[in-house]
Amino acid sequence: MSTSVFTRLHLRDRIRDRDTAVYSILLILALVFPMASIYATDGTALVSQATRAGTFVLLAIGLNVVVGFAGLLDLGYAAFYAIGAYSYALFASTQLASSPAHHAFHLPFWLMLFVALFVAAAAGAVLGFPTLRLRGDYLAIVTLGFGEIVPQLFYNFDQWTGGINAVGGIDQPTLPAWIQGPWSGDGPFQVVRNFNFGGDPVAFYVLICILIAAAIILVNNLYRSRLGRAWMAIREDEVAAAAMGINTVTTKLLAFGIGASFSGFAGAFYGANVSLVSPDSFLFIVSITVLVMVVLGGMGNISGVIIGALVLYYVVYYLIPGLPENVRSLANSIGLSSETTRSLADATQHLNYIIYGGILVAMMLLRPQGLLPSRVREQELKHAAVQEEEAAVEMEHAT
Amino acid sequence: MALLELEGVDAYYGRIQALRKVSITVERGEIVALIGSNGAGKTTTLRTISGLMHPTTGSVSFDGREITHTRPSKIVELGICQSPEGRRLFPRMTVLDNLVMGAYTRNDKAAIASDMDRVFTLFPRLQERRTQIAGTLSGGEQQMLAMGRALMAKPKVMMLDEPSLGLAPILIETIFSIVREINSQGTTVLLVEQNAHKALEVANRGYVLETGVVVQSGTGRELLASEEVQKAYLGM
Repeated sequence: MSTSVFTRLHLRDRIRDRDTAVYSILLILALVFPMASIYATDGTALVSQATRAGTFVLLAIGLNVVVGFAGLLDLGYAAFYAIGAYSYALFASTQLASSPAHHAFHLPFWLMLFVALFVAAAAGAVLGFPTLRLRGDYLAIVTLGFGEIVPQLFYNFDQWTGGINAVGGIDQPTLPAWIQGPWSGDGPFQVVRNFNFGGDPVAFYVLICILIAAAIILVNNLYRSRLGRAWMAIREDEVAAAAMGINTVTTKLLAFGIGASFSGFAGAFYGANVSLVSPDSFLFIVSITVLVMVVLGGMGNISGVIIGALVLYYVVYYLIPGLPENVRSLANSIGLSSETTRSLADATQHLNYIIYGGILVAMMLLRPQGLLPSRVREQELKHAAVQEEEAAVEMEHAT
Repeated sequence: MALLELEGVDAYYGRIQALRKVSITVERGEIVALIGSNGAGKTTTLRTISGLMHPTTGSVSFDGREITHTRPSKIVELGICQSPEGRRLFPRMTVLDNLVMGAYTRNDKAAIASDMDRVFTLFPRLQERRTQIAGTLSGGEQQMLAMGRALMAKPKVMMLDEPSLGLAPILIETIFSIVREINSQGTTVLLVEQNAHKALEVANRGYVLETGVVVQSGTGRELLASEEVQKAYLGM
């Protein structure tokens, strides 16, 4: 017994070692990136990009709870993101003044961050409830429908939401007064810059990093908890899980609810950051992008999912859109005629999605288990292989 | 009073009736065997007891408590644990983690650890393979793990669904002797088997199911000697 516990701890230690390494690297990058990019490009455009990437990291961490931990395929995750964003947008702008409510709300961002979380979690439970009897493909189709319906609702209830005109002029977060002191503002002691966010990309960057860190700690604890084990069991075999005394109904509802709550967080943050929320920002492609981030990074492994989100964000929002321009300058520099240059750039423009698809296919062929697969599983597989070899050797000796 | 009692149970899959007025009793400390051919309703009976499906009429009671419409997780807590049909292990978890999952409803860490020791004593093979993932075990080892996992719930009644399915004769021998040992340590066993001969040998009592109806019952020995049973299930 004591030896069995020992090997188990040993295994856990090694897994923790790798995660610690990944998290330390991410932390250092997160600290150095804004300084380096501002110094190098003399602007904050890259920091804004990183903040956008950060919202996707948050979304991927949340979706990983549903897909990676509990094994429930959710194709409509962007719906919860939309619900989070609209919860903040409606109660922190002048939008509701022109609605039948005739009153504009300006609730503080920090409060709404949590309200959005609960609203999204509730929406997750609402979606979860009728889908609990469904499995696999059927569940995926219902979530797909949900993901289509929600943006349509925001689109069609234009009396309240502004519909196609979107909600604009969303309030910026401000730090509460007690945090402001001689160290804030533009005075000589300005350690903290004036933290009325006021569209300051660095402030938003710092905030998303804090949110991500909190999410990582939370999800890691969940994963190791009793609930985490129940999710894993349901993912492996639902009937067996029920036979072990796991209440599959509440466990699955919790997966949907908790997973959705992260996108509520991300949604409220997005609303504040971009200051404009429109139904078009939450279409199917967003759900799919986040899902691909989770699969690509290594389903079920939190650090892997973060890497997957960052890599895919870079590919989708940076590499691919910038490709025609890069092709043009490359063609120019090797001295092709301006005619050919233009047609080459146009061709790249048209092939955008093919290139994107090609990259996805290549990545999945090269690393089907994801960039950083769940190490527990990998270790277990390796261990099993070693044991089988040992057994085979023993057999040989015996005969 | 019987520990587990089914009374006049009817159960349906959609519109197809799988059980007709099935009445079965299991006394504390017994080994009871349910035998019958494919589709006779053996597994359905177990599913009705464990709450994975509910009877349309009739009642199930356990330890003096009606559990006809109780949900499965609650039934496990009450003390009925099933080693399901086809073993149903968690294939990508280790042997150890599968056993830990078996004790999911329990909080008493010390008792769980001592039950883990007990399982490893019953199945030394599992201790050797504790860090191996369950999907890579051999058939016999998987059956041992399924039984060990059910034991980890510390059940009053352990239900085994076809424990001998697909195993070599020598392993079947081992499995049944372990069933007997588990029973002698105080766990009541309800056994579903196609291997009627083996099952009736270890069982105190048995029931014969045919297309959802109990057609015969008696002690294991009586059933082994019965002409109908011999003809239909023992190939004599």
